[in-house]
Amino acid sequence: MTTKSYEVQQSEQITNDIEGYLHDQEHKNFLRFITCGSVDDGKSTLIGRLLYDSKLIFEDQMASLENDSKKVGTQGGDIDFALLVDGLAAEREQGITIDVAYRFFATDKRKFIVADTPGHEQYTRNMATGASSADAAVILIDARKGILTQTRRHSFIVNLLGIRHAVVAVNKMDLMDYSQEVFQNIEAEYREFAENLDFLTITFVPMSALKGDNIMTPSDKMPWHDGPAFMSVLENIDVARKKAEKPFRMPVQWVNRPNLDFRGFSGTISSGTVKPGDTVIVLPSGKVSNVKSIVTYDGNLDQASADQAVTLTLEDEIDVSRGDVIAEINQRPETTDQFQAHIIWMGEQPMLPGRPYLIKTTNKTVAGEISALKHKVNVNSLEHEAGKTLALNEVGLCNISLDEAIAFEAYRDNPAMGAFIVIDKISNATVGAGMIDFGLRRATNVHWQAVDVDKTARAEQKRQKPVVLWFTGLSASGKSTIANLVEKKLHALGKHTYLLDGDNVRHGLNRDLGFVDADRVENIRRVGEVSKLMIDAGLIVLTAFISPFRAERRMVRDMMEPHEFIEVFVDTPLEICEKRDPKGLYKKARSGEIKNFTGYDSPYEPPERADIHLHTAEMTAAEAADAVIAKIEEKYQEV
Amino acid sequence: MTSHTQLAHLQRLEAESIHIMREVAATCENPVMLYSIGKDSGVMMHLALKAFYPSKLPFPILHVDTTWKFREMIEFREKFAAEHQLDLITHINQEGVAMGMGPFSHGSAVHTDVMKTQGLKQALDKYGFDAAFGGARRDEEKSRAKERIFSFRSAQHRWDPKSQRPELWNIYNNRIQKGESMRVFPLSNWTELDIWQYIHQENIPIVPLYLAKKRPVVERDGMLVMVDDDRMPMKPGEEPEMKMVRFRTLGCYPLTGAVESTATTVIEIIQEMLLTKTSERQGRAIDKDSNASMEQKKQEGYF
Repeated sequence: MTTKSYEVQQSEQITNDIEGYLHDQEHKNFLRFITCGSVDDGKSTLIGRLLYDSKLIFEDQMASLENDSKKVGTQGGDIDFALLVDGLAAEREQGITIDVAYRFFATDKRKFIVADTPGHEQYTRNMATGASSADAAVILIDARKGILTQTRRHSFIVNLLGIRHAVVAVNKMDLMDYSQEVFQNIEAEYREFAENLDFLTITFVPMSALKGDNIMTPSDKMPWHDGPAFMSVLENIDVARKKAEKPFRMPVQWVNRPNLDFRGFSGTISSGTVKPGDTVIVLPSGKVSNVKSIVTYDGNLDQASADQAVTLTLEDEIDVSRGDVIAEINQRPETTDQFQAHIIWMGEQPMLPGRPYLIKTTNKTVAGEISALKHKVNVNSLEHEAGKTLALNEVGLCNISLDEAIAFEAYRDNPAMGAFIVIDKISNATVGAGMIDFGLRRATNVHWQAVDVDKTARAEQKRQKPVVLWFTGLSASGKSTIANLVEKKLHALGKHTYLLDGDNVRHGLNRDLGFVDADRVENIRRVGEVSKLMIDAGLIVLTAFISPFRAERRMVRDMMEPHEFIEVFVDTPLEICEKRDPKGLYKKARSGEIKNFTGYDSPYEPPERADIHLHTAEMTAAEAADAVIAKIEEKYQEV
Repeated sequence: MTSHTQLAHLQRLEAESIHIMREVAATCENPVMLYSIGKDSGVMMHLALKAFYPSKLPFPILHVDTTWKFREMIEFREKFAAEHQLDLITHINQEGVAMGMGPFSHGSAVHTDVMKTQGLKQALDKYGFDAAFGGARRDEEKSRAKERIFSFRSAQHRWDPKSQRPELWNIYNNRIQKGESMRVFPLSNWTELDIWQYIHQENIPIVPLYLAKKRPVVERDGMLVMVDDDRMPMKPGEEPEMKMVRFRTLGCYPLTGAVESTATTVIEIIQEMLLTKTSERQGRAIDKDSNASMEQKKQEGYF
């Protein structure tokens, strides 16, 4: 009996039964996977080969590919499949993949989206990006080189992002004479390493992407391998996550309010199934109602399940807004404002504990901070290491503290309810990706103790408005001198004041802190908290700290009421500060004796809109102090 | 339902696009949806109607008119906007009009830059839009395959492919400073086949130019150009010929090549597409200039 090739069958079906063909396409199973490998492992070649062999390359693309292969190809005039996928001009020139690319192809069994990601350590964040939406990972290994540091890193990262199925593609077998021993050694070594990871399935395939061995069909060059070819492995990975059977959760994305008579809550269902009549709870508020209807453009539905984008209406008029989660009442997710999570750092600037960031979950953006870095994970050895900060592409286990509570689940149980990104408040860049492990209950046990004599009462007794005058500027710019003069004048006017000086504080409260960025942030955080207590006591606080970073000055400003914080920029050019150098610090910095000195090897970010800007090159310290007093008086008028 | 139930393929794509659109509506101050009148735009509009139902679209629609679009496109646009009560803004680069800009007089590259890229930037600046939806897909072209769904643009509308924000899960970072903006591509993960299949399934109206019909064309540089009005100068010996043709993409008529075809229904288009071996962007003159031309145009602010 002869069987027609898939291609011929397909063409016949398209010609004779197009509706049937489309129906099959529509209900075809689907897989998103990621490929990871190092620079020369042949990743792009493999994907180019898959596109080519699944007949997804059109004639005009083929012509352009042949042309490019001759011009810039690395295969000596043969077709260079990598050119099909390396899209950005820089990539074509350097012959490497820089960014994540998404490709689409299909076989008769399955549709695929593949995220092609770069392998270099410097591109770990791109790999995490590709892995975040994938269900399986193809980990390429060059048969000549075996398991490398990067193989371990790639496996760890994709597993951290929740991928439970790995296909280990041992490539370039053609260059190792298709040796069974080479393959078996690699398999044994990988299995031993993977004991530390959490994969459900690991499948090993020996192959040559360049020659097409074991890609679409089993290769006669490797008769010793009795497993299926690569494509067949991809077609048969069972990734059904049974999301629809989990408890119902829908993060509210948008409140749908066309008129006064309709109030719906639009969102994409994270897990579970919902029907009209179901009793649901809205979190974090805890309000309860029943689902009235599931509204869509195509008519109301009898039920809706995970991944569907719908609009729910409720029986009762309760307050629901973007950022809330509507959930099944009997199996509700936790709510918390503090949790532990793994974070992959993606920012050029390091992660600094205590610095304010924005945390964005699937539907809510909240201000918060990484309150502690418990340990870093060495992505190459998987060992835990102590550390104060996370640099670009580093992974750490962190405690996170938010300004508002969120409803969540562990990322492992429900990725859509446990994932978040970290956004830098000033640059707006995405600087981290986080996966929640569990909530920390500490928050519920420490309550704010209300007292009867309050800030207003204390301030009235002193006949003054409490305020912090925050002097910022380079070392030796004159902050302490001017602050001292201002305090003397205020004291003479009968005001109750306190001057917090940078050097003095470091002798006591902050004696445990050094001058690396993380310590500078903590230094300012503590001074901010102390200032806040003193303001609560009704005092006028003067602080003299270099406080070089905008983010921390803003953090302190945010701790106070709007009129309580006056930023005073003591703007003295670096040359003048260097010339003054009363403590000899600039000299030491120049000679390399002290490190992380502001203005030298540590940056100073000048205020963009200081409340008072003192150009000290053009005025004496006494004139500067008078200017500050005048501004305070003006500010008092406003309040 | 079995435990292995996945949403059907188009359902899943539809849900993803709707999620993206709602995210923009909920978090951007002044979004706009770019409407090119083509099939992808048609699908995008249809998805938007679904995303916000029963509300109307919570943003206006913008068409950057180069004044050289096919006449049938403009008719279609007007009818479509009226039918769905859309807040349609049409922008024409008047500086370009004053210069007498056109593909015949100035060449395709200059015409496209002035009337399309510059025109778009003018419109975005004029109305201060902070987010603009576009119908581009990742399967169209290599540099598009690497672009984010939420694609950041500087205050000068530039795309910097090397400093794109990481985009994880379905959590989109659309925070920007004043003057900067986002281009948002809700159809990123759709393929050409998905688009046609969805048009067929949902019965989405399309410009009749997509369907084959006898039309007057001349062959130039291997491209079949339709003579849509009398602004097209005939070269010596050229004579428009009536041929059964259709268009795979729609744009400025002098720059959009027709293909000979007998497909007069959507289903026939799908059949023809599945059985042919030429990729979609081939009909566009603009991509052929240089190898990395799309990436370069995108950096300069082109969609």
